Amino acid sequence: MRFLTVLPIALPMATAIVCLFLREHARAQRIACAAGATLHLSVAVTLLCRVHAKGIQVVQAGSWPAPHGISFVADLFSAIMVVLTGIIGLAVALYSVRSIDNARVSLGYYPLLQVLLMGVSGAFLTGDIFNMYVWFEVLLISSFVLLSLGGGKAQIEGAIKYVVLNLISSAFFVAAVAVLYGLTGTLNLADLSRVAESRALEGSLTLPAILFMFAFGIKAAIFPLYFWLPASYHTPPPAVAALFAGLLTKVGVYALVRVFTLVFVHDVGVTHGILLVSAMVTMVLGVLGAAAGRDVRRILSFHIISQVGYMVLGLALYTPLALAGTVFYIAHHILVKANLFLVGGLIQRAGGSYDLKRLGGLSSSHPWLAALFLIPALSLAGLPPLSGFYAKLTLLAAGLQSGEYLAVAVALVVGLLTLYSMIKIWQEAFWKPVPADAAAVTPGVTVHRVLPVAALALMTVLIGVCVGPLYALSREAGDQLMDRRAYVIAVLGEGR
Amino acid sequence: MSPLILRTASDLLRPLLLLFSIFLLLRGHQEPGGGFVGGLIAACAYVLHAIAYDVAGARRALSIDPKTLTGTGLAVALSSALLSVTLGKDLMTGVWGKAELPFFGPLELGTPMIFDVGVYLVVMGTVLTVFLELRGD
Repeated sequence: MRFLTVLPIALPMATAIVCLFLREHARAQRIACAAGATLHLSVAVTLLCRVHAKGIQVVQAGSWPAPHGISFVADLFSAIMVVLTGIIGLAVALYSVRSIDNARVSLGYYPLLQVLLMGVSGAFLTGDIFNMYVWFEVLLISSFVLLSLGGGKAQIEGAIKYVVLNLISSAFFVAAVAVLYGLTGTLNLADLSRVAESRALEGSLTLPAILFMFAFGIKAAIFPLYFWLPASYHTPPPAVAALFAGLLTKVGVYALVRVFTLVFVHDVGVTHGILLVSAMVTMVLGVLGAAAGRDVRRILSFHIISQVGYMVLGLALYTPLALAGTVFYIAHHILVKANLFLVGGLIQRAGGSYDLKRLGGLSSSHPWLAALFLIPALSLAGLPPLSGFYAKLTLLAAGLQSGEYLAVAVALVVGLLTLYSMIKIWQEAFWKPVPADAAAVTPGVTVHRVLPVAALALMTVLIGVCVGPLYALSREAGDQLMDRRAYVIAVLGEGR
Repeated sequence: MSPLILRTASDLLRPLLLLFSIFLLLRGHQEPGGGFVGGLIAACAYVLHAIAYDVAGARRALSIDPKTLTGTGLAVALSSALLSVTLGKDLMTGVWGKAELPFFGPLELGTPMIFDVGVYLVVMGTVLTVFLELRGD
């Protein structure tokens, strides 16, 4: 069953085709999309089990041998990311059932959602740097449309910022690929890893490395390239925002981790040094933006930035434990952040607004919503026994091990400020009495909305309570990321 | 105002453009051409019609929703990629069959060709969807 490795790409495409043919029937599309997402998740879990049991899985598309053809490679990190894609895809598909109106559905919301999932899965599974660019384009183009679909002025404004910045990033990406190809004569990641070790290239790889850092840095929203994110992520409907917040910036982080563990490790002092500084500044500025915010979705958007800082910190430390921390952190973050954006949608439903000034009294009118908010919020801040605590703990341990005390101190302070901004939402939206100018409430908090939120919250708690399996998996993934030789052998075969 | 010259030209050109697009599609296997450029030219045939007459007329002439074209094209491309999997090979491996035609002799047909037909339909459908939507009904 080698086909299993590319099935997470083929399946969303098939679902998108089905949804496209069902475009006149909104209800049938909703069912098809949810069914497709369920299948996608189960395939992803099967793939993860297989990679865990049998090692790195490789498929050569068109049976062209690597490095001449395009390889699809599933190592543990890729497989974990695909599983997370499946989880978020399913949660968003369920949440969309009631929250995405028929007008958006008739404009093609569901096919685009599935194409986005296809692009994300493809970016995680490809073993070829140019093919990764193609998957980025697939997911970006569908995200452009999803972001602007059926929206008013504010949504279009956010979409324009997003589109422009991402086009710039894509231009840098393709330029970096061109430079890299000119230097090495190959695009296959495993082959690149092999060629990059040769002495002849010493020094000249730093230029493409910086170009890649810039391209992926924009997508991942790290300092100083993050400003587009809070300007666009708060505008679309909550289901779309959750998908973007949970998944899309993490594709950038994934790409950073992939190329800066597999290819560009010739001059760790420079490249990973820049990443370390950038990670620290990203954490601080992101959380300061969140602490100053007055709008639920803006606060959450700024948190994405500060959290991306933690993930990049693990990459910058570049030890097996730190990379394990990055993998764990990404897993925890995707679940929690997507959930918080969905909860944000529920807060808007229950309180009529996203503006903290106009919210209040939700803890007495919707006590279950308070619980659903508190779990991911405290997990994001890193309180035990939730998933965020172990994610931060792993990174802090790695930082202490590497002697980066400044980074550890920054991470701790940022955690405290995260807690502060979460408590701010809590106080304003839940504890404060209902303000005089409270917005009118549209009833309609349905089971379709609450179910995915509750399921994601449950996962956060479960990861925290039985942390062992995911931690062990992250450690394995971290070790695998450090072992470039195994990746090269898996793709190119022995004797290279 | 009815642009008589444009209308006459578009009526004459449409079948020619469609034929030429199929020629390019088939030629693309070994020489410059292919599904992408073929699809663009096929779309041009109907774009020209929409400019000479109107969008509703172009939709009638097309007689099939361009979104259905896109969906069909995607399905064709995906199934050509999956055919090799059902034969136990890796995704997108070329599968070839030979047909003996009267007069023309042997003809080799393979999945890359089917994939290109899919690309042709997707490009044609997408270009027409965008153009006809923007031009309005």
